[in-house]
Parts: sequence; structure tokens; C-alpha cells
Amino acid sequence: MILAELALTPPYYLVLSALMFAIGATGLLIRRNPLVMFMCVELMLNGVNISFVAFGADLNDVGGQISVFFVLVVAAVEVVVGLALVVAINRRRADATADDVSLLRG
Amino acid sequence: MLLDLAFLIPALPLLGFLVILVAGRRLGEPGAGWVATMAMGGSFAAAAAVFLGLLGEDADERRHVQTLWEWVPVGDFSVDIGFLVDPLSITMTLFITGVGALIHLYSIGYMHGDENFSKFFLYLNLFAFSMLMLVLGDNLLLTFLGWEGVGACSYFLISFWFTEEANATAGKKAFVTNRIGDWGFMVATFLIFVTIGSIEYVDIIGNAEGGLISESTATWITVLLLIGAAGKSAQFPLYLWLPDAMAGPTPVSALIHAATMVTSGIYLLTRVNPVLAEAASWSTDLIAWVGALTALFAATIAVAQNDIKKVLAYSTVSQLGYMFLAVGIGAYIAAIFHMITHAFFKALLFLGSGSVIHGMHHDQDMRHYGGLQKLMPITSATFIVGWLAIAGVPPFSGFWSKDEILAYAYDINPVLWVIGLLTALLTAFYMSRQVFMTFFGEYRYADVRPEEISEIWDNRVATAEAAVAEAKAGIGAAEEGVVKAQEKLDKAAEKLEQREAELAEVDESDDKAVDKATKNLEKAKDGVVKAQEAVDEVTVSVDAARAEVDTARAHVETVLAAAASAGDDLEGISDDDLPAAVKERREFHPHESPWQMTVPLILLSGAAVIAGVMNLPFSKDLHFLEKWLEPTLYGNKHKLGLSGGELWILAIVAVVIGAVGIAAAVAIYLQKRIPAERVELPILARGWRYDEAVSDFMGGPGRKGFDLVAWFDATIVDGIVNGTGRLVRTAGGGLRTLQTGLVRSYAALVAVGAVGLIAWFLVRTTF
Repeated sequence: MILAELALTPPYYLVLSALMFAIGATGLLIRRNPLVMFMCVELMLNGVNISFVAFGADLNDVGGQISVFFVLVVAAVEVVVGLALVVAINRRRADATADDVSLLRG
Repeated sequence: MLLDLAFLIPALPLLGFLVILVAGRRLGEPGAGWVATMAMGGSFAAAAAVFLGLLGEDADERRHVQTLWEWVPVGDFSVDIGFLVDPLSITMTLFITGVGALIHLYSIGYMHGDENFSKFFLYLNLFAFSMLMLVLGDNLLLTFLGWEGVGACSYFLISFWFTEEANATAGKKAFVTNRIGDWGFMVATFLIFVTIGSIEYVDIIGNAEGGLISESTATWITVLLLIGAAGKSAQFPLYLWLPDAMAGPTPVSALIHAATMVTSGIYLLTRVNPVLAEAASWSTDLIAWVGALTALFAATIAVAQNDIKKVLAYSTVSQLGYMFLAVGIGAYIAAIFHMITHAFFKALLFLGSGSVIHGMHHDQDMRHYGGLQKLMPITSATFIVGWLAIAGVPPFSGFWSKDEILAYAYDINPVLWVIGLLTALLTAFYMSRQVFMTFFGEYRYADVRPEEISEIWDNRVATAEAAVAEAKAGIGAAEEGVVKAQEKLDKAAEKLEQREAELAEVDESDDKAVDKATKNLEKAKDGVVKAQEAVDEVTVSVDAARAEVDTARAHVETVLAAAASAGDDLEGISDDDLPAAVKERREFHPHESPWQMTVPLILLSGAAVIAGVMNLPFSKDLHFLEKWLEPTLYGNKHKLGLSGGELWILAIVAVVIGAVGIAAAVAIYLQKRIPAERVELPILARGWRYDEAVSDFMGGPGRKGFDLVAWFDATIVDGIVNGTGRLVRTAGGGLRTLQTGLVRSYAALVAVGAVGLIAWFLVRTTF
């Protein structure tokens, strides 16, 4: 069966996960807009979540999915703090990029 | 139970200290003195009660540890505030509190009128507390607390009259010299702790008795404790602070620097006698030799001292040397016996000297005393008792204790015995010298002293020389007069010539004019004659002035000759020539001291007479002190192997030697058949120049050594510390550049790190 041949085996998920993580990481490193960097972080987190679920399913271990819940909670918390930061930066200077906020350099 | 009163013994002086600390100024004089004395009296009563309690126990069970609380808990290691009550510590405690109470009482009289009266008793009580902690402490740390406490009080009290530079310096000297000894004590404590894991005496004695301390360790502990003991007990080479410590008030010298503190070294060595028994024999021999040589060395110096307290100070060093000798040869009981009798008679002698000094306007030079026996009957009678005790005259106490040490020395090593005998000879001599110079002979205080006579003659010579100078100035003045008179003569002669010329020019027909000119000429002639007379007169005065100078010079010669012929005599000096100080002294009458001072003297002289009863040699039944102390010695005592006959011979030899010393002093100082200069050698007066040698060395080559140490400290030690700081700062400065403040660069670093970690795991799992 063609469908059977196309069955989604774990490597597919892992490749997807790696791609999402890599795209997120690259975006984080090259974009300067705080909001976009933020979204990139979300992308990385979710990339990891996919591999958690994939491994969980493959190893028949519910721990993978539980981990995802934890990651989601942490991500939600991170959003709260992160968005507050983004808003605060925008209030001071509307067109500020992440590189402009470097007051803490040694 | 009586033994549980032990804590009261140090607690009462502490209480006295606190009371005086809080209310000293309000108590004033003599209130503060009475508080302190009562604290000491109470302490003595407590000690007596504990003593009775101990007597009630069986001989083998006379060891009681009273623990008050845990003082230093550190893991497995713990130090308690606890008191070890056994015959040895109670013996010490009894005479410390007993003699201490008497000296406190005495001080009320002695310190009368001192502006820091209450402060003196504050220190005195603090000292007593520290000393009792030293003795009663059940572990080395508590003993060390007392050890340092007595050192600090000694320092405070030596420099009590600190407004005089010399007193302050003497205090510092004592303090610094004692630090060297303290080093030995501390290292010994560490060594004991490392070896047996405890510093309690019970454990130390138990381990040593059980053979758990190796010989080499025990030897090191012994040597280190010897250093500590030599510092505190003023033994060679650390003795040199004690003679200077006489700068303090005399009761301090009696209490701290004769009876109690300086004996703590001997106490400590006796306390750890099982360790000494384990140590190699050379280390205990070292103790004996240090003691014997110090005894002889200090006795030779005492012979030539003129300060009444310096004699007693060197005598104390010498007597402590006897005790070290006894400890070194294992005659612990003889050492303690001598310590007790010495505490009595030396405190008596010091207090007696204090009474003399008090009665003599704080003049301490024995050459100024003489004949005080009649003026101070109680002081002199008690002092004579002290003298007979220390000189070893039977049946006074010093004879018994010294003789016991000598007997043991003879049994162990006859050379030590000979040194001890020589010391006994010198002791009898210098103490007799002191007594004769102070109490016997002529009353010399009002005499004009040699230095005063030579000052008078110096003044006279100076006056005569001043007259010569004056007469010389007279010649100058007269010569000036001659010059002036000569000038006047010249002028008169000029005038005469002028008048003669006028007469020649006058018109001879004019009679009037001729008359006038003739008259003028006559006047001018008279003027010349008068001027000539004046010149003659002043010329004579020059000669007279010259003659005056010659007379004045001759007078100087006469005065010098008279000074030389008079020497130290009063020849050619009348009462009017004497300085005011002599007149003051003539009006001064030395007086006996008040009852607060004489009562302790009488009580101590009683003790100095009968203390020998504690340990009479005649029969085993009379060895009270020996039986009493035996349990604390654990059989480490040397057993005397001499027969009764030999003991009798030794005793007779010792008595004869003492008599020779006294007889020599009689010949020199009473009958004056031999000039004193023959024995009072300058080198002895200067203490064999040991003190100077030490200060020269420390100021010269020693100084370089200290500079080297200071350099090492400043460069290497500080270098390591500062270098660490500098390294951290430099590294931080470098790493600071990583902190860019750019969030994305941090993210990049994290990414690089993550990649690195992954790479490492891959490499590790693959290969």
C-alpha cells in the first residue's frame, strides 16, 4: 500500500522538529525586531515539542507528552514576561531594535 | 559537698574585679582596697574549705573535676570551663590566695595616697583571678587563658606608674619577652592536641601513663613547655625581664614577681610530670641544667646590685632556678616545697623592702640606708627572719626546702650539687650584704653622699676658674685705661707745643698779651704733668690686675688640691655649703609603716619560720607534703637513694656553706676588713652584660633578620594575597568584553556552546 509506504515514521517528525528549531534559531540570530525574535523563540520551543511527542509515541511513553505540557506552561510564562519587555521597549522608542537595548554591556 | 566550692576560688576575685570596675572611683581609698582584700580573703576561705574536702577523701581519690559549662565546642573537640581539684592545684591555690590576701592588705597601706588607688586593686584582683584560673584550669587552654591573663596584669602593673618612661619600657620588655615563652606553650598545646586529640590534663596524664605518647613526641612537648616555663618563670635565657619588672609598685613585685606568677612555669612542668617521665632524658636534664646555671648566674649578679629590689629580683631568678633544677631531676616535691617556702620568705622580703622604701621616701639605693634597725623595728625583725630563711639557716623554712633539693641533686649528679652549693653560698652572702647595708651599721641617710661632695668641689673649682676669667678681663680693662691716658698725655703735649709757639709769636711790647700767653703756657705744662701722673697710675693698675690673675690661678690650684685631699670626706666643707637636699634629709626621719603593712609582715615571717614543718626529713611520718602530693605524681618522682647519715653530712655541709657566706658578708660590710670593691665587680653590677649583648644583637644583626622577615611578609605573603586579587581583576577585565549587551550575541554564544556540546557528545559516543 502506497499509504503504508508513506506512513509517517519518527524520522519525519524529527526532521521537521530539527528544521523548525533551526529556522527559529537562525531567525533569532539574524532578526533585530524584538517581536519577531520572540516568535522565533516560540518556533524553537515548538520544534522541540514535536520531537517530544514523536519520541513519546514511538517509545510508548506518556512522559514525552507530559513534557510538552510543561514546555507550553513555560512558554506561556515567557510570553507574559517577554511581551511586557517588548511593550516597555516600544514605549521608550517605537523603532527600537534588539541591538539598541545594550545598556548592560561591560 | 566541699569540693564543689572550688569554683568560688577564682570567682570571688573576679567578683571583686567587677565591683571595682563598676564602682572603683566611688569606693575610692581605702574602700576599693578593702573590697579587693575581702575578695581574696573569701577566696582563701574557699580554698581552705576545698582543702578540707580533699583531706576527707582517700589519698587515691583526691582528684575531682568540676565542670561549669562547655566553653569551646568544635566538632569532636571540646573545651570546658572546668576546674581540676587535686592536691597539687589546691596546694598552689592555698598559698596563692593566702599570700595574695596578705599582700592585698599590705597594699592598702603601701598605695596610700596614690591617685590611681582603686585601679591598682582592680588589676590586683584581675591578676589573682587569672592566676587561679591558671592553676585550677582542667585543661591546657584554660591554663593558657590564665597564663596570658597574668602576663597582661603583670604588664599593667609593672607600668603602673607609666608616666615615667622607664616604667613603661620595663612593662613592654616583660610583655615581649613573655611572648617568646608563650610561643613554646602554644606549640606544645598544639602538639599535645594533635597527638592525643584532647588538651585536658586528665587525658594527657592518662595517655602518658598508658604509654600512648611516643618518646620523641614527649621530648618535644617537654622542650616546648620548658621554653614556655622559662619565659614565665624568668629562666635563662629569658630571665632579663624580671629585674626590670621591679619598676612596678613593691606589692606587685612581691605577689606577681616573687610568690605566684613566676612559679607557674614550675607548676606547669610538675602538672604534666607523666609526659616528662616519657621524654628522653636529655630534655629533663636540660631543665635541670637551665635551672642550675640560672641559679648560679643570677646569684653572682645579685652580689653587686645596690638597688634593694634588684637584689631581691635576681635572688628570685636564682631561687626559681633551684626549683627548675628540682623539676629537672624529678624531685617534684622538693620543687613544690621550695616554691611554697620561697613564696613565704620572698614575699616577706619584698614586702619588707617595700616597707623600707615606703619609709625612706622611695629611695631604693641600699648605700643610702644603714642603721634602720632602730627606726623600723618591726620591718627589720621580720626582714631578718626572711634573710635567715633564704640564707638556709636552720630551723628556718628555707633551709629544709633548699636542703631537700640539694640532697636530690647530690643523688643524681654531684656537679649539680656543687653548683647548688655555690649558689647557696652566694645567696647567704648577698642577702647578708643586703641586711647589713640596710639595717645595720651607721645611719647613712642624712650623710652627705660622695656625689654631692664632688659636686660641691666641682662648684668651688668652677667659681675659682670664674675668678681667673674675671681677673683676666680686669687686665684688659686696665690696659685700655693706659691707652686712653696715653692719648690724653699726647694731647696735653700738643697743647704745650701750641702754647709755646703762641708765646714766641706774641708781640713782646704788649705786656698784657705776654702775660696771658705765659699763663696759658703754665697751664699747659700743668696739664702735661697731670696727664703723665694719670698714665703712671693706670700702668700700676695693670700690674695690679696681672698680680690678681696670678692669685686667682693659685687659688684654683689650692681648691683642686683640697678637693683631691678631701676625696669623699667632708674636710673643708661647712654646713652652709651643703645642697638643700642634704638639709631636707637631715630633717627627715624614717618611720615604721602603718599596721596594714606590718601585720602581713608579721604573719608572713611566722610562715617563713615554720613552713619547714610541712616536710621534715627526719622520719617518714613527717613527710606530710610528700604524702599529700604523691597521688599527683603517679610514681614519677625520683626516689632518694641516700642513707640517713649521708643526709646529715649534706645538711651540715649546706649549713657550713651558708655560714661562710654570712661570715664573708660580716667581714666586708660590718667589720669592713675587706673593701667591698673586691666582690662588687662592675661586670656583675652590669649583669655580665647579657642585657646589653641582647639589645646590641637585636639592634644590629638581629635587626637585619627582622628586616628580612618583614621583607618576606611584605613581598611574598602580601604578594600572594594581592597577586590573587590582581589576577582575578585582570581576568575579569578580559572577560568583560564578552558582555556586549547585545541579546543576539548572547544567543549566538549559547548556540555555539550548544553546537560544541553536541559535537563533544557525538565525538565521545562515536569513538
